Amino acid sequence: MIGHLTRRIVGGAIVLLVLSALIYTLFYLAPSDPAILACGKGCTPERLADVRAAMGLADPVWTQYWHFLQGIFTGRDYSLGPTVRHCPAPCLGYSFETSQPVTTLLMDRLPVSFSLAFGAEILSLLLGIGAGLLSGTRRFRWFDRLVNGLVLAGYATPVFLVGLLLLLLFCVHLQWLPFPQYVPFTTDPLLWAQNLLLPWIALAVIQTAAYARLTRAGLQESLAEDHIRTARAYGIPERRILWRKALRGALLPLVTLTAVDLAGIITSAVLTETMFGLPGVGQLLVGAVNQIDLPVVVGVTLLTGLIMVLANTAADLLYAAVDPRVQLR
Amino acid sequence: MTLLEVDDLRISFGDKQAVDGLSFTLEAGGSLGIVGESGSGKSTAALALLGLSGGSVSGKIRFDGTDLVTGAPWKDIRGARIAMVFQEPLTALNPFQTVGDQIAEVYRLHTGATRRAARERAVEVLGQVHIADPERRARAYPHQFSGGMRQRALIAMAIANRPKLIVADEPTTALDVTVQAQILDLLDEVRATTGAALLLISHDLGVVAGSTESVIVMRDGRAVESGSTESVLLSPRHEYTRALLDAVPKPGNRDFEPGPPLLRVRDVHKHFPQRRRGSFRKPPPVRAVDGVTLDVHAGETLGIVGESGTGKTTLARMMVGLIPPSSGSITFDGVDIARRRGRSVQMVFQDPLSSLNPRRTIGESIADPLRLSGVRDPRTRVEDLLERVGLSRSEYDRYPHQLSGGMRQRVGIARAVAPSPRLIVCDEPVSSLDVTTQAQVLALLEELRAELGLSLVFVSHDLAVLRRIADRVAVLKDGVIVEVGPTSEVYDQPQHPYTKELLAAVPVTDPAEARRLRALRSTVGR
Repeated sequence: MIGHLTRRIVGGAIVLLVLSALIYTLFYLAPSDPAILACGKGCTPERLADVRAAMGLADPVWTQYWHFLQGIFTGRDYSLGPTVRHCPAPCLGYSFETSQPVTTLLMDRLPVSFSLAFGAEILSLLLGIGAGLLSGTRRFRWFDRLVNGLVLAGYATPVFLVGLLLLLLFCVHLQWLPFPQYVPFTTDPLLWAQNLLLPWIALAVIQTAAYARLTRAGLQESLAEDHIRTARAYGIPERRILWRKALRGALLPLVTLTAVDLAGIITSAVLTETMFGLPGVGQLLVGAVNQIDLPVVVGVTLLTGLIMVLANTAADLLYAAVDPRVQLR
Repeated sequence: MTLLEVDDLRISFGDKQAVDGLSFTLEAGGSLGIVGESGSGKSTAALALLGLSGGSVSGKIRFDGTDLVTGAPWKDIRGARIAMVFQEPLTALNPFQTVGDQIAEVYRLHTGATRRAARERAVEVLGQVHIADPERRARAYPHQFSGGMRQRALIAMAIANRPKLIVADEPTTALDVTVQAQILDLLDEVRATTGAALLLISHDLGVVAGSTESVIVMRDGRAVESGSTESVLLSPRHEYTRALLDAVPKPGNRDFEPGPPLLRVRDVHKHFPQRRRGSFRKPPPVRAVDGVTLDVHAGETLGIVGESGTGKTTLARMMVGLIPPSSGSITFDGVDIARRRGRSVQMVFQDPLSSLNPRRTIGESIADPLRLSGVRDPRTRVEDLLERVGLSRSEYDRYPHQLSGGMRQRVGIARAVAPSPRLIVCDEPVSSLDVTTQAQVLALLEELRAELGLSLVFVSHDLAVLRRIADRVAVLKDGVIVEVGPTSEVYDQPQHPYTKELLAAVPVTDPAEARRLRALRSTVGR
């Protein structure tokens, strides 16, 4: 167990290192000169040289990369002409575009993304497993058909369409909800949930479809297993067979999927964030790409990698906890 | 007193009549065997006793004063008064629950006992089925048990509620022969100590012979013969029963002149390295084959017998050069087997379905080795071969999944014979086949051996099969040959204790002999 965790951490670190090197090479060797962009309009050659030196672009690539890595652990200083900006550890770079350390930018956006992701995930798990359960047992044929139809519709509907319809219906037409505007959980939990409700639903539509389908298939498969037949032959009531025995096997594949989906929403729910005006990580990335704010792009990519690694490790640990046959080694 | 009375039972699935007018009775505390080949409807009939057959049922099942066809109080029957022991003990237990919890759950359900009392009962019955250290093993999960232990656990679950009837459906099919004997002995013991009646369902006449007082032979959903086990097995009246009994392998007697050594195996080892787990020390390798020396002579059939995990398949694969030995040498006609091509040695695999390419016609599969040895247009040769192994020439264009198990194994044999090899190594070639099909395939192999002057190496867990076909037998245990000699000597005067144990475990169809062997086991075993 401890050995497994150690290996996962080392493996994760290697993944992140390779990822950062790749991203670094790709972007810093790209033809566009970040210094010209950072310098802005009316840039004089002297000022450009200053900016270039401040951004460390005068150094060879590997030196730049080495400074970048060092910065993550010790922090680093960026001298911009007369002023010196300190970027404390863990320093993922400095956005000259917004004059802020990338880490600060990310930390500001993460609560929004986490709120979005966890809420949407809980909602879609509840709805998806519920629908899958009801249709998987095939007690109500009409419901099974209904769920199958809805699943298809859910898969096929783009998230921006759902989002726009939700906004039109609840905010414009019925006026039950104000236009979403992020309120931190710590300020007012009720307002927080109220404002996030529509984005949660929009994201949940697609995921609920996937979870319902997976639960339904898993349930039908595990209800056909030999040990379920044994349980029936020993008179265990059908309800208990479903909840205590069949469901457990059916939900195992959901563990992995949930982890990946969660990480996906945190880092790349761009459409939803934009539509509902949520200042999350996805928006940050899109803005940075548009402005060629390379340090931010590198930072977001690394964060995405980190969250993926963490989510997958968590999924594997959870898997081992749920299924006694799985041994971590 | 009659405990179970089945009268004109009919079960159908749509148009298919699985059980077609089955009648029998079983006394309280008695034992009845139902024997039949796959598809005879025996398992469906057994499931109907618990209302789980899944088909439409008509007729009469009267159990202990209750009618089980017209809506029975299943809650009080299933697991409480009738308990089922299933085949496939791995999948029949819930993988997410400890063995003790599963037994306790069933016990609590029917008795309303406290959690603690149920746990104690679980440990008690696990002890009763001779699971060592039941207190600790009750907390283990099914995958931590061996096949035999799992079957014991299922029997423990069956007796937990002191049922009046235990239905055992092929309880020993996937098990090694010694474990099979232990489980049958256990069922017999349980019947004696708990007073429960036993309904034992099997495809194997030998399994039923020693464990039941009366027997029914089923075919196509009907009982073709029934009566006391002695009378049915010793003086069968129906031709199908006779055919089944004839198909059970009998000792062969062939005057055999050993030719010169053809394949020489010299001090061969095969070790598989194990994955390092956690600690820094590397675990020792698995010694699958650990120093085997033997010769295969020209024209002989050498049987290699061993239970699962004894390294017999590894040895067979090394003998045809499929995998190299870790050390030692294997030579064919004095040349290293690795440098020989398929023309000298061929192999017939255990599972004909998975060893044939599902996307190619069987004719193409047989033609492959011929093409490799330079035959331009092998179609006629392949069709001749198909005819030779008892298939029609038109089977050339069919696919493996369109054939029955016996036909597929004939294809496997045709493919092995195709390049005219001098030695064929067969790895459990008949273990997945029904007993009548098995007899036909064995007869085919013997014919081919005589006709083509082949040598055979026949690897099997089944001592009865080897006794019929082999000239010499080598007994393999833990990667080492513990005994080798002419078949009659090894069977009549076994020297090694393991050979004696194996022979005592072989199911025989003579009820008196079966009881004698059981008595012998109870003095030797445990």
